[in-house]
This record gives sequence, C-alpha cells and structure tokens, in this order.
Amino acid sequence: MKASVESFRDARTVEQLLTEIRHLSPGRQIRIMHVCGTHENAICQFGFRDLFPDWLTIVAGPGCPVCVCPATDIDMAVRLATDRGAIVATFGDVVRVPARTTLLEAKATGGDCRVVYGIDDAVEIARREPGREVVFFAVGFETTSCTTAAALRRGVPDNFSVLCSHRLVPPALEALVAMPGQGVDGFILPGHVTTVMGIRDYRPLASRCQIPMAVAGFEPVDMLAAILALSRRAASRERPSDPIFNAYGRAVREDGNPVARRIMDETFERCDAAWRGIGTIPGSGHRLRGAYARQDAQRRFDMTPDESIRDTHPGCLCGEVLLGRVEPEDCPLFRSHCNPDMPLGPCMVALEGTCHARYRHGRPARGRS
Amino acid sequence: MCLGIPMKLVRVDGTVGTAEVDGVSRKVMLDLLPEAAVGDYVIVHAGYAIQSLDEKEAKETLALLAGAGLLEGGP
Amino acid sequence: MDPRDVVTLGHGSGGKMTHALVRDVFMRRFSNPALVAMGDSAVLDAVGAKVAFTTDAFVVSPLFFTGGDIGKLAVCGTVNDLAVAGAVPLYLSAAFIVEEGLKIADLDLVAASMAEAATSAGVAIVAGDTKVVERGHGDGVFITTAGVGRMRQGAPEGPGSVRIGDAVVVSGPIGDHGAVIAAHRSGLALEGFGSDCGAVTGVVDAMYRAGIRPRFMRDPTRGGIATALAELAGQAGVSVAIREADLPVRDGVRTVCEILGLDPLYLACEGRVVAVVGADDAEAAASAMREVDGGEGARAIGEISAPTSGPVVLRTRYGGTRLYDRLASEQLPRIC
Repeated sequence: MKASVESFRDARTVEQLLTEIRHLSPGRQIRIMHVCGTHENAICQFGFRDLFPDWLTIVAGPGCPVCVCPATDIDMAVRLATDRGAIVATFGDVVRVPARTTLLEAKATGGDCRVVYGIDDAVEIARREPGREVVFFAVGFETTSCTTAAALRRGVPDNFSVLCSHRLVPPALEALVAMPGQGVDGFILPGHVTTVMGIRDYRPLASRCQIPMAVAGFEPVDMLAAILALSRRAASRERPSDPIFNAYGRAVREDGNPVARRIMDETFERCDAAWRGIGTIPGSGHRLRGAYARQDAQRRFDMTPDESIRDTHPGCLCGEVLLGRVEPEDCPLFRSHCNPDMPLGPCMVALEGTCHARYRHGRPARGRS
Repeated sequence: MCLGIPMKLVRVDGTVGTAEVDGVSRKVMLDLLPEAAVGDYVIVHAGYAIQSLDEKEAKETLALLAGAGLLEGGP
Repeated sequence: MDPRDVVTLGHGSGGKMTHALVRDVFMRRFSNPALVAMGDSAVLDAVGAKVAFTTDAFVVSPLFFTGGDIGKLAVCGTVNDLAVAGAVPLYLSAAFIVEEGLKIADLDLVAASMAEAATSAGVAIVAGDTKVVERGHGDGVFITTAGVGRMRQGAPEGPGSVRIGDAVVVSGPIGDHGAVIAAHRSGLALEGFGSDCGAVTGVVDAMYRAGIRPRFMRDPTRGGIATALAELAGQAGVSVAIREADLPVRDGVRTVCEILGLDPLYLACEGRVVAVVGADDAEAAASAMREVDGGEGARAIGEISAPTSGPVVLRTRYGGTRLYDRLASEQLPRIC
C-alpha cells in the first residue's frame, strides 16, 4: 500500500496526465470548481495552476468549514469562554477567526480556550477537570461530524457539551448550482467527505443538473485524473451513463462508511444553517437530536446568537471568493491589508481558506499566462 | 483542522488502536471502523479512522492510468 | 517528595543555599579556570582583536525532548549564532531562572547536557547567575545566554555581498526540531529521528577547510528556512529560487506536517546552516559538509536570482511554483 501511495505522487505519471490535459482542445473556457479546502491546498502545494492550459480554470468553492463558520457562532464560543467561564476547546484555525474578537484574543484576556486535535482531547479535558464546564466547538464538514457523533456515542461526562457548527456539502452544492451565472462546467467532489458519506447523496443533483462530477483524492495523480476526466466530459459535452466519476476508488465507495452514516443519523438531525458570507442554506447544518440534545451547549447555556455581528469586514470579498465568483487577487484588501498575520476575513485565517492558500502559494486561477 | 492521511494500523485494542506511518504514530479511535484489523491502511482524521484503503482498488486505478491513452474507455 | 531534592526559594537568595546549588550543579559541570575564580566577570585573554558577541534566551517547553533539552539548545543556539557570523565560538555565559519545585536532579541533567555540548563545541561556560521564582511563575527553567567568539579570516560579509547566480546550500534535513516539538504537543509518537539540536561549528569549519568562503550564513531557527531566506532576500534586494526536489526533508517530518497542517520550510531547525556560496563552490560546499558529523544530507538547494514574484520562489517537484515570505507569527509557541 505504501508503494501504491508513492505511485500517486509519481512525477512521470503527473507529467503524462498534464500532457493529456494539454492535448484536449475544447475550443472554449472550461471552469471546474472544487468544494474542499484541502483540494485548494493541494493544488497550491503542487503549483498546478502554473501548469494548466489557458482554457482551464480550477476555482475554489465554499470548501473550507472554518471559513464558512458564521461570526455569530464564533461569538457564542467567545462568550462561553469569557462570560460563562467554560473551557472552550476547538481546532487550531478556529481560534484565529475574527468575530468581534477571536478566541485567541479572548484567551489573552483570561478566557479559557484550548486548541485540540480532535473531540476526544476535549472529552479528556472534561474528565480531568470535573468542576469546570467544557464546550467542544464543533466546526467541520461530514468528515469531522462523524467523529463528533462517535465521541458522543462512546459517552461523555456531564460537564461536557458541544457547540455544534457542522455543515453538509451536498446542500451547498445544490445552492451553488441554483445560483444564476455560476458557469461551472464540472465539480470536483470532496475527497474525505465522500469517504465517509459515499457518492450516493450526490447522484440526484448530478442527474438533475447534468454537470459532470468527479471524486478526487489529494495526491497529485488523484487530482489530475479527476481534472482530466472532467475536462474531457465538459469538452465533449457527452452524457456518460455514470454522471459521477470516482477517481478515488481506493477510499471512496458508493455508500461511503455505513457505520459512520448510521452513527451520524442517530446523533444529528438536519437544520437550516448560515454560511458566512453566503447566507442561509436549507438543510445544510447538523443539530444534536434526541438524547444527545442534552449535550447541546447552545441549549445548556441558553445562548442566543448576536445577530448584530457583521459577518465580514467592510470591503472584504470573502463571500464572493467562497462562491468562486471572485479570485482572492481581485479583492482590494488581498495582500495590502489582509494577510495571514493580520487576517481581515475568514478565508485568510484558515490554512485551507482560499485566500490563505493563494497568498502562500501565489498564483491566479486563470491557467498559464 | 487536521487533515486526513493514510496510516497503517499497527495495534488494535477493541475500539482503540495505534496507527503509524514513516515512524510517526498516534492513538486512533476505531468506533467508525469496527472491522478494522492490524495491517489495514486507514484514513485518520481528527483522531478517528474514518475509512480503510483498498489496495486492490489502488492498483486498479493505477493500472487504468498507466494504460495507453490514460482513462481511455473510462469516463 | 524530599525538599532537599527540589529547588526552593531559598536557593535564589544569594546566600549559602545559592552557593551550594551553584557549586554542586553548575561549578561541578562547567568547571574551567575563569569560572572557578568566581569573580563578578570572567577575565578572558584569548579573545584577540575582532570579537563577535551575541545573546539569546531559551524558554522551550517541554524541557526534555527527543534529541535534546533546553540546556543543549541554549549552548548550541548561542554557539551557532557565533559560528554563522563567521566567528570561532569561545566563551558563553548562562543565567538560569528556575521555578520553585523543579527537581535538582533535572537541573543537573540540564547542566550536564550543557557541559557536554560546550565541550563538543570547544567553548567554556565562564559566567553565570541563578535566580529562583515562586511556583507557577516560571516553567521549570528559563535560560539566558551570551556568547563571545573571535572573528575568523574570510568571515561572511553579509547579505549585501551575495550575487545573482550564487548557490544556496543547506547542511542537512530541515524542520526536525520544529516537527519534534509539534509532535510532542499533539500526541504523536516519533521513531527514527529527533531534534537536530546541535552545534554547526563542524560543518562551518568543513567549508572553510575546503577553501570555501561563504558570502552569507544563517542558522534557520524560528520561522524555518523559508523565513531565513526571505529575510536574506529582503536585505539583499534579491529573490531566492529553491528546488523542492532538492530540499532534504525526512519522511517522518513530512508526515508530521501532513497530519498537523504544517510546512517543513517554516519549521525550526536547531542544528543546521543555510549558506550562500559562489555557484562554482556549491557541490564542494555540500560535499565538505557531508564529510563531518552534523552534515549528513547536506545539499545544494537553489540559487540567488534577480528579484521576481516573491522573496522566495520554490519550484515544485512537478514544475509549478510556490511563494514563501517571512513567517511573522509563529505557528507554535515556545519551541526554543
């Protein structure tokens, strides 16, 4: 398996795939969108945008869960730490996302906020400090939601609760497709979300909208195989019998991980949810259900979102960037005012945020110039 | 946010295991993969094994790509 | 716990207890004539005409890690600052701020480690001080150092002397120290490598012995090799072009970075040199370093170019590019 993993990084295979892509002549611009921050990171890491032909644009959609976490949720997390004396535990990037302040700033002024690698680390804190309330601020797409569900199912101490800000990808894709003027010729489906959820949930949309879709992993060969397949389909406008090409067969199955899906169904119910910079997308959020509702921090602490909080800084184009309408370079604040050390918007904070990835790796989406 | 990477399961103790790659190892929760066994390659995300990697599928994908015309006859 | 086994506030008083602690731990370990004289300053006679002088502070947590500890880090970090300036390191001072409750045995381990590193680097620790703070007001121990060295002939002239076309060479795999600390903080166990914490005097001497005069040298600690090269680019008004395929990175470091979302180019090294040498000297410099301890894996990794799209431009192994700039806010706190 190790040898196989290396093969998906092989420079010669990469060169062959790039050559195949360059040999296509679609006669028009082809615009492919991915919806996964890790895919954007991978593309920037490999420097692919320097190597694609001019007719090919790979654009980043709303694929970074930290970026789309509403400012009101961040604010609730901050208030739990500063006003309610809870220990708030969450993933690294989340603590630097601005609302009125960031969780990191709250920590500098006495709020107890701790970075954890996973929910189990937060549960461990709750066990070690039985006299304190511990809140896990759960941000992430389905890849992460299943871990939250699994941890709750294992059993957590009474002083532990979850501020749930999980999101689902398929409803976001539906919303994207429904937006006028999107002009997307193909979607790269998220690699790890689909390892958990499978491909099944994307089929209805794929059939309805007839936009080619491909599941990609994160190695360079994975990404190029998916991009080649989508470019071919978009260029030929053919309608293959299977509208979704699975280029990540070693990890993604039709039904994903059935155990994970079942555990998630038992733990969460779907709800309408806000996406920062975009607005409310129906059925795109998770809420704790049934007996697990006892662990819902928003309920336990009777928190109401402060709707007066602005989602974005004046002039910030994160919302447009998240929808793939605007490149980071087109935002007037990019680089000059907004950078990873002084981020004004969420897309610049998160490692996988489009603006952050582009800032660090530095090329615009339009193919080779 | 910590990224899912393929790791090898070197130890299984009920629903907890140890996953390893290139000398780096970590405790991993196996609640989502109850069938996981020592020697399996799994994707680890935020401390949990979320899916196992299928070696046969990996080889098939590579074979598909290696064939002349790459992905010919495919999508 | 036996009170005689831990540092107490009494040890910081300056009186008998301080004297006993200094004698039993530091004097015993750092023994040399200048120190034994126990004056307020060490009087030194080997310095010569042109002197390099540096100071540094060490707050790493955890105190002990795979491949080193705060003591070894303190000695090597100071020695390295002198070595990359083109000085032969001679004398160090070390001041300790110890937290009440630290086991004396642990303090002794730190001191032993410092003594070993000092001997190995050919320096003497000739002056010191010890203070104790209340429990909760420190973190085991903090160490501040100063170091003095004699400038060698042909010392680097600094960023202004680098030329377009010059080669960039690194003395070994990057990011080892940062990866070890990050792994420790995140519950990852490592096998097969530890921090690269060590003195670079060996590899620097090797270059000079081979007749090479580096135009510029830096030890890439906080912010990693990317920050060190971006700073050079800014100071010299150039860009630095690196080839990803030639960058030495251990598999384990790569894996730690993949798991934690870190970049090896931004991770601290604590025993490496990055040097700019004439293009014709690139291979000779790398091979001279590979001959000595601490230089295994030395490689030529890139070159100085005219200013372009960014301070540091990396060519990926697939032919694309990535840009790097200085890392102003550290991804991980308390790494050194």
